[in-house]
Amino acid sequence: MTAEERNFVILLVEDEPADAHLVKAALSENHILADLQHVVDGREAFEYLHREGPRFAQAPRPNLILLDLNMPRMNGQEFLAAIKQEPGLCSIPVVILTTSEVERDVVASYKLGAAGYISKPVDVVQFMAAIGDLGDYWFDLVRLPQKLNAS
Amino acid sequence: MSEKRNVQILIVEDEAGDARLMELALHKSGFAMDLSTVNDGHEALRFMRREDERFLQAPRPDLVLLDLKMPGQSGLEFLSTMKRDDSLCAIPVVVITTSALNADVAASYQFGAAGYVAKPNDINEFIAAIRILCHYWCKRVRLPENPE
Repeated sequence: MTAEERNFVILLVEDEPADAHLVKAALSENHILADLQHVVDGREAFEYLHREGPRFAQAPRPNLILLDLNMPRMNGQEFLAAIKQEPGLCSIPVVILTTSEVERDVVASYKLGAAGYISKPVDVVQFMAAIGDLGDYWFDLVRLPQKLNAS
Repeated sequence: MSEKRNVQILIVEDEAGDARLMELALHKSGFAMDLSTVNDGHEALRFMRREDERFLQAPRPDLVLLDLKMPGQSGLEFLSTMKRDDSLCAIPVVVITTSALNADVAASYQFGAAGYVAKPNDINEFIAAIRILCHYWCKRVRLPENPE
């Protein structure tokens, strides 16, 4: 494992603890050596990204954001719209990971700037495979922006 | 997305040899897809807006694969124009280029790219890279069925 691999930071925005555990297990199962940071809704994700409060003072800038849509306080689409308006944050790719199968959510997410929309498989094996494909693409294949505001 | 329909991919690439190689690699991935190729950003916009006589029947792309270095309109200009067009901005664009400049990577994501792939020189590595790309976009993610 190189330092670069350890430095790959994923911010998971997910209000269901069970789903967050499943994502963590799936990353491990697929040997994706990422630092998984977890927040429970859009508002907390914003606090994380802006390093507000003592809890997030040292928060590492994520290379990728995995975003649930249905959450209390600030939902996924509100968060996505807001982050894509911010010059310092808009270059972070955001992938939707949701149970919503509604076509209008799919279209709206891409229009707001999502870099993929994954329907959460109910089956655990399928879920592992989904995270594996996600890792192959974002972790192994594509180049991501340098950490512009990481200091 | 619907499994009945082939994924429509638009390749924006000015070098004929590179375009052929891309088509070969995409076909080798084994997914059901239809490919269209245009030479630059202007032509890509005309294709997607069906402005030209020859593009009247052009299929709406589900995914755009974009080279950055092209004559006329550059890839980044095209990306920026397209992402500001409400009828086109839902279509994901993946940049595939020989440029390894950090500035190009950052600008591509800022303009709304959904991935940036540095083209490997080795043909087998290139085919493997395109296979991963297809696995993500043609199988794993849900694409908008009717984005307009």
